[in-house]
Amino acid sequence: MSAAGQTTASTKPAAEASAPVLEAIGLTISVRGEEGEREVVSDLSFSLARGETLCIAGESGSGKSMTSLAIMGLLPQPAAHLSKGSIRFGNLDLSNLPESQMRRIRGDRIAMIFQEPMTSLNPVLSIGRQIMEAIEVHTPMSRREARRRAIDALKSVRIPDAERRLDNYPHELSGGMRQRVMIAMALALKPDILIADEPTTALDVTVQGEVLELLRDLQRETGTSLILITHDMGVVAEMADRVIIMRNGRMVEEGKAVDIFASPQTDYTRELLAAVPRMRVGAEARQAPEDPQASAGVPAPVATVRGLQVRFDLHGGFFGRVDRRVHAVESVSFSIARDETLSLVGESGCGKSTTAKAIAGLVPYSGDIAIDGRSLHGLSAAERNAVRRDVQMIFQDPYASLDPRMRVGDLVAEPLLIHRIGSREERRNQVASLFERVGLSADQMDRYPHEFSGGQRQRICIARALALKPKLIIADESVSALDVSVQARVLKLLKDLQREFGVAYLFISHDMAVVENISDRVAVMYLGQIVEMGTRDQVFSNPRHPYTRRLIEAVPVPDPKLRRTHFARLDREIPSAVRQVGDPPPLLHLHDAGGGHLVAQ
Amino acid sequence: MIAYIGRRLIQSALILLGVSIITFALLYLLPADPVRQIAGRSATPQTVENIRQQLGLDQPFFVQYWRYLTNLLTGDLGRSYIQRSEVSELIVSRLPASLLLMLGAIFCELAIGLTMGLVAATKRGSATDQTLMLTSFVGVSAPQFVVGLLLLYVFAVRLGWFPIGGYGTWKHLVLPSLTLGVLGAGWYARMMRSSMIDVLRQDYIRTARAKGLRRGTILVRHALPNAILPVVAMIGIDIGIFMGGIVVVESVFGWPGIGQLAWQAIQRVDIPIIMGVTLVSACAIVLGNLLADIVAPFIDPRIKLR
Repeated sequence: MSAAGQTTASTKPAAEASAPVLEAIGLTISVRGEEGEREVVSDLSFSLARGETLCIAGESGSGKSMTSLAIMGLLPQPAAHLSKGSIRFGNLDLSNLPESQMRRIRGDRIAMIFQEPMTSLNPVLSIGRQIMEAIEVHTPMSRREARRRAIDALKSVRIPDAERRLDNYPHELSGGMRQRVMIAMALALKPDILIADEPTTALDVTVQGEVLELLRDLQRETGTSLILITHDMGVVAEMADRVIIMRNGRMVEEGKAVDIFASPQTDYTRELLAAVPRMRVGAEARQAPEDPQASAGVPAPVATVRGLQVRFDLHGGFFGRVDRRVHAVESVSFSIARDETLSLVGESGCGKSTTAKAIAGLVPYSGDIAIDGRSLHGLSAAERNAVRRDVQMIFQDPYASLDPRMRVGDLVAEPLLIHRIGSREERRNQVASLFERVGLSADQMDRYPHEFSGGQRQRICIARALALKPKLIIADESVSALDVSVQARVLKLLKDLQREFGVAYLFISHDMAVVENISDRVAVMYLGQIVEMGTRDQVFSNPRHPYTRRLIEAVPVPDPKLRRTHFARLDREIPSAVRQVGDPPPLLHLHDAGGGHLVAQ
Repeated sequence: MIAYIGRRLIQSALILLGVSIITFALLYLLPADPVRQIAGRSATPQTVENIRQQLGLDQPFFVQYWRYLTNLLTGDLGRSYIQRSEVSELIVSRLPASLLLMLGAIFCELAIGLTMGLVAATKRGSATDQTLMLTSFVGVSAPQFVVGLLLLYVFAVRLGWFPIGGYGTWKHLVLPSLTLGVLGAGWYARMMRSSMIDVLRQDYIRTARAKGLRRGTILVRHALPNAILPVVAMIGIDIGIFMGGIVVVESVFGWPGIGQLAWQAIQRVDIPIIMGVTLVSACAIVLGNLLADIVAPFIDPRIKLR
């Protein structure tokens, strides 16, 4: 088989340009579950041309990842298997290739990178070792030669100081760096096909921009065909030559990227594109209707934060004394009015979630926080808890934030129970009305969390947060884990509830498009400090701070005609928030650039 | 690293001090009277009182303890009441046998337990898996003296492969090590299985498969080092369990280690020996744990010693 493989590889340039590298014909994947066998991908056919980028897009459960695993022969055994169809790769049929032959194709001819760079590399092996073994397993060579190839691979993904990096372990690298290592590993042997399964979903938006551009450049250099699996229509628009839209295991639509975005043929594609949160571009932004309360004068703030500071001590040395500190949040001040949504944006580690936790009383802090005019400073623990009843949180992961052993009705009633509000009957009635309010029915109250979908669970979390009629709800990446169509509906629900109850939101997100969609005001955080704060229009239409500009620029626009040709690279990583004791970071001073638009100098 | 070890050694010394106080107090409160044991049944009250004074056992608790502690710091563990020889010499002469037995047992535990767990995890749900887990369950629940006698009966008496007891050649070592190791092997098999199943589900194993690595390479290079971590931490704790097991196993096989020494001393209320053996055991446990902690960062580079 190896010989046959070599022949195909060597005839690569001679092959006609139009011959597909890979062809899937009538692909059907079944998964054995408790209720018998179920098709997760049905009768899928497509072809991939040399050098082409094919995006397979769809929401969770559409079968896009299963398709990619099937091509690699990595379907989770023994539950999933290829029940029908074939996968033609050159003159081979991958669907019935014995494992020993399939193994020689994996990594050499077809390579794959995965969604989670944090967990996709083995934590106990140095990255050099991991790249070298990928090379050595297919092309026998000396240690030294393998090492040289590994250094080349790291250089090709633009990792600075590649030689030294080789001896690093994965935990010493950031998420973006790790994904580059994955790409280096996958492309080291110049495969015919690279399958990238949500390669940038777990990355910050600026890093996403860099990784996508890198993939594009490398593809141009090596002529590798790319199958990109993604749920993000912005990424599709940025990368795809052709697009396959999938839903519930079936292909809904296929076509050139430009055509699909310009004139989608099916209702589902239209819905999917409509649900994508878009950032308004230039002049269009101006046409958005003004928020009614923006002109109604300044309402009294629901929450005020003054000089908030959160630091975590790190211990070291012989006696375990504090020798370094994480400056998670430094001198952050803002206020949120009734009915208002303030968004905190920034990349991972910028301190946005820590700020939220401090307000909710989940981490120790210094500085002053006042809720509804009552300062928490100098209050006893019991008094603070009473004030904090007005602050509730909705978390990111709707799967992890509901106790699987409790009925959802009891979960929503729990805050009432803790604060001893109402009789059993009253509580039940209130929970029923909350369920109906968030778009669930009251007879679902006696079910368990696992019986609900992700979007429904997030609705349950919202109902739970609303139970105590809080004045401020902190939504920490609350829609990030949801599919776009579900996300759009949950965002609409949040807005409706705000109008109805007058609740204020502190909305924390890394997704600039979502933030632009929901916010009244926006604060941009970088390394624990606010670098820019203003109304949505001020920040998005007239970003002043370079970091804000970079963040906005990095968001892929869901329109292939507006595809960026070049994305400015950041040569260095974001510096660390860990500093020596006695060396606090310099504090930024915000100055007013007009109309309350605060920008750090 | 050196600072860490230094700090841990200071901590260890404090732990040993605590152990010495507690053991000394427990022995002091014991209703059995060592002096009666030494003097014998026919001794006159005067003789008994003389011996008591001679040994300093008529002094108050704190005086006795203080004297023991100050002697201890100079390396003097006292003299045995019955055997009339230095406790430290007794222990030193018997310690190598016990350490050898312990090493043998650790080897058995790891070799049997890890292999069983590894095989069970890779064949999860199969008949092999179920048989191995049932075996490990028996290993965990069977009392050591029963295992010892059973092994003796089958392999020494019936088959004659190994000697019935004694000390000297590697053949003498096999059955006692097995007996001592069976319990741990059962635990390790179960731990290794669950740890391995967990590791095999990880994304990096999928990455390794996507590279086209051989199954064996994936298991040995990628899965094993990750799965073995919790087991390494257990070895430190295991030494403590061994110390209990050694008393039984050494008696069953007539193995001349400190377990037997302790057993004889307990029967005769020979307090200095009991104290000495307890302190040496405590030392072994503390050092074993320290060793396990020092080894961990070499397996997993994410672990930092601070």
